[in-house]
Amino acid sequence: MLSRMAENVYWLARYLERAENTARLVNVNTNLLLDLPLEYRTGWQPLIDITGSRALFDRSEKRAEERDIVHFLIADLENPGSILASVRSARENARTLRDVLPNEVWEHLNELFMQIKEELPGGLNKRTRFKFLQRIIRGMQTLTGELEGTMSRSDAFTLLMLGRNLERTDMTSRIIDVRSAQRLPADSPEFATFDTLQWLNLLKSLSGYQMYRLSQRTRVSRSAVLDFVLRDAHFPRACLFCLKEVEQFLRALPRSDAVLFSLAGVRAFLDDAALETLDQPGLHELLDRLQLHLIVVHEGIAEAYFPPRAPSAQSQVQSSVADVKKAPVTAGHPAKHSPAATSR
Amino acid sequence: MSINWMSYCPSGLHDELIGPGGGARAAGRALIRHLSELGCAEIGVRQQAADLAIKVMGVTFTVYHQEEGSIDRAWPLDIIPRIISSKEWHRIAAGLKQRVAALNHFINDVYHAQRIVKDGVFPLEIIASSKNFRPHCVGINPPQGVWAHICGTDLVRDKDGTVYVLEDNLRVPSGVSYMIENRQVVKRVLPELFENTAIQAVDDYPTQLHDMLESLSPRREGMPEIVVLTPGIYNSAYFEHSFLARQMGCELVEGRDLAVQDDCVFMQTIHGWKRVDVIYRRIDDDFLDPESFRTDSTLGIPGLMRAWAKGNVALANAPGAGVADDKLVYTYVPDMIRYYLKEDPILPNVPSWRCSEPKELDHVLQHLDSLVVKPVDGSGGYGMLMGPASTQRERSQFAIQLKAAPRNFIAQPVIQLSTVPTFVDDRIEPRHVDLRPFILSGPKTYVTTGGLTRVALREGSLVVNSSQGGGSKDTWIVDTEA
Repeated sequence: MLSRMAENVYWLARYLERAENTARLVNVNTNLLLDLPLEYRTGWQPLIDITGSRALFDRSEKRAEERDIVHFLIADLENPGSILASVRSARENARTLRDVLPNEVWEHLNELFMQIKEELPGGLNKRTRFKFLQRIIRGMQTLTGELEGTMSRSDAFTLLMLGRNLERTDMTSRIIDVRSAQRLPADSPEFATFDTLQWLNLLKSLSGYQMYRLSQRTRVSRSAVLDFVLRDAHFPRACLFCLKEVEQFLRALPRSDAVLFSLAGVRAFLDDAALETLDQPGLHELLDRLQLHLIVVHEGIAEAYFPPRAPSAQSQVQSSVADVKKAPVTAGHPAKHSPAATSR
Repeated sequence: MSINWMSYCPSGLHDELIGPGGGARAAGRALIRHLSELGCAEIGVRQQAADLAIKVMGVTFTVYHQEEGSIDRAWPLDIIPRIISSKEWHRIAAGLKQRVAALNHFINDVYHAQRIVKDGVFPLEIIASSKNFRPHCVGINPPQGVWAHICGTDLVRDKDGTVYVLEDNLRVPSGVSYMIENRQVVKRVLPELFENTAIQAVDDYPTQLHDMLESLSPRREGMPEIVVLTPGIYNSAYFEHSFLARQMGCELVEGRDLAVQDDCVFMQTIHGWKRVDVIYRRIDDDFLDPESFRTDSTLGIPGLMRAWAKGNVALANAPGAGVADDKLVYTYVPDMIRYYLKEDPILPNVPSWRCSEPKELDHVLQHLDSLVVKPVDGSGGYGMLMGPASTQRERSQFAIQLKAAPRNFIAQPVIQLSTVPTFVDDRIEPRHVDLRPFILSGPKTYVTTGGLTRVALREGSLVVNSSQGGGSKDTWIVDTEA
């Protein structure tokens, strides 16, 4: 498969996964907020930082209130991480991949984009938001199923799985981060009740509550939930599971030694984390460092399989370590070509 | 609402489906009967279903849009097909094969001995002054001596029923994917007609194209690596490039995926560099190789012409084939057929005046108000003068251009393009059409069954280009004897 196509298919998977998980992210925050005592409600601001889009948001005209932030996360085409922008980018990539993607996947993605655009007002309205997000998550899950069920296990499929699982690891860590942003004082009378409730909500937002119950057979507790979402080897949205998938698919590709090495580093980092003793800032720090590790893995994949970046794009991407750390990795869009060479 | 075909027929024009008396022509009888049974309301429902299918299938042509990125405008298809009897088509296909054979002889001759010039049939000045003549191509022998492997020839029918050749597109003609997709859509929305009528299939084209391209491979052992070379996602025909690559099961590459080393072409894959044998290129000559042509081209591949000249890679169409894609050269095609093939042309050209010849230029200047004057290298209907629709002022301005560069123009009478019933604003009305069949030249010559029918959707308009509000129709070749 062409290196350029490899990059496109990898990004297609990342964008699809990002759209689905951003929907989960907004859902979990909505639920968490509703359950919290009024005085502890952190509002929507943390989501800006968690999605790594602080600079972009501050540059925009938007105000730091629910309405604007939800619009920013769901519908803003200026925000490359918004649901609508991610699905648009996925569709743009899919357009270049029509020879490798099953036709029904293309048709479905095309439909999904049109549907999301049409239903946007429902997503912005508090009353109908849950249903809107649910439909997006379902749509993405269906797409995932169509890919699984109809696509040959080719190089393209391998790249797709790499993109999906890396993005899923990254987004799961960001969804956990929503929880770490909440600083309910541990000595407050409500703490125990709300804390448990909140971890339960987090599991639900990852569709993981049932699976957690089956695997842990214990009441919901902070360290058990963290262990499950970060280190479970069987739940498909847990970070460790995803990383194992990445590893398995990397082994199918040539020249994967360097990436496999950095991947082993991420796994060791997760294994060594002392989850029981982490406070909320410590958890946030851990997730940040995990995201940095994932960027290293991504860069290893890009180095081995994608066309070399143009010099200008490189300097832009690497401009500041702080930005790299926070912002989700985003693919450069192909340069616009000269229209003069159009055929007739 | 029933359809009154008696009040439909456009006076003085040739309609492809309805005869002069308001009755259906033989090949269209079943269709007309069916449409009458459906009635306008139901045809409208089917048309909506077709529009939706096109949207969901993603059949598009590309327009760049700020907010949406590169958007695909839905391909406009009118569901009422255009029908040609198989008997007539048989003759047209033979005419097309004959024409493309002569054109390939001509291009090969131009880049070699130029016998046709020495024998006084074709003037040297036309080659010397041609924008699409490529000195790099002189003396090169592409496989099988074929230069224009894929040709899209535009046909029109005048009011007396005669089919004329309007132009030959020998560079990167597009439209064939829409021909195939149109059929898919019409099959979905009018399935009952396909059950009862013998309509010849059109979807053989990608296989035929693949076989032809495969035959060009310079390497005899193993499976040849065939690629489709596109300028990229923003090109208006990107949908087609992607469609053909998909249908043929080959890679869709851009210039940046390819590199030339030791005069061979390679593509960059995740398994490393891989040799490429045949390139179906959808990039104009000018942009193909910055070492040979436009140095500012970022779409092309440096060194590609060297690799091609050495015979290490095949290019379809061959660079330089565009020398015959010139409306002044077009006026000589009937002579070429007689000269190279010793045959009489089966399909006539539209009568044309060559402005390069002083006597004919005089005639054109005196009759500007009744002629169409076209630039020889133009396409898409741009830069021409429609005499009958022009003002005195436009004509005198055009005359200045014409006198300054007579080589750049030819003139033709206005052809009243034939019409086909078309669904417009909940009614059925006649609209003008042309037809672009595609001809593949390789070890054998293949002509598409029918082609892409383009239709001018505005009342009275003769402009069928999709960039200027044109639509399209499915084209049926139907056996009338059955």
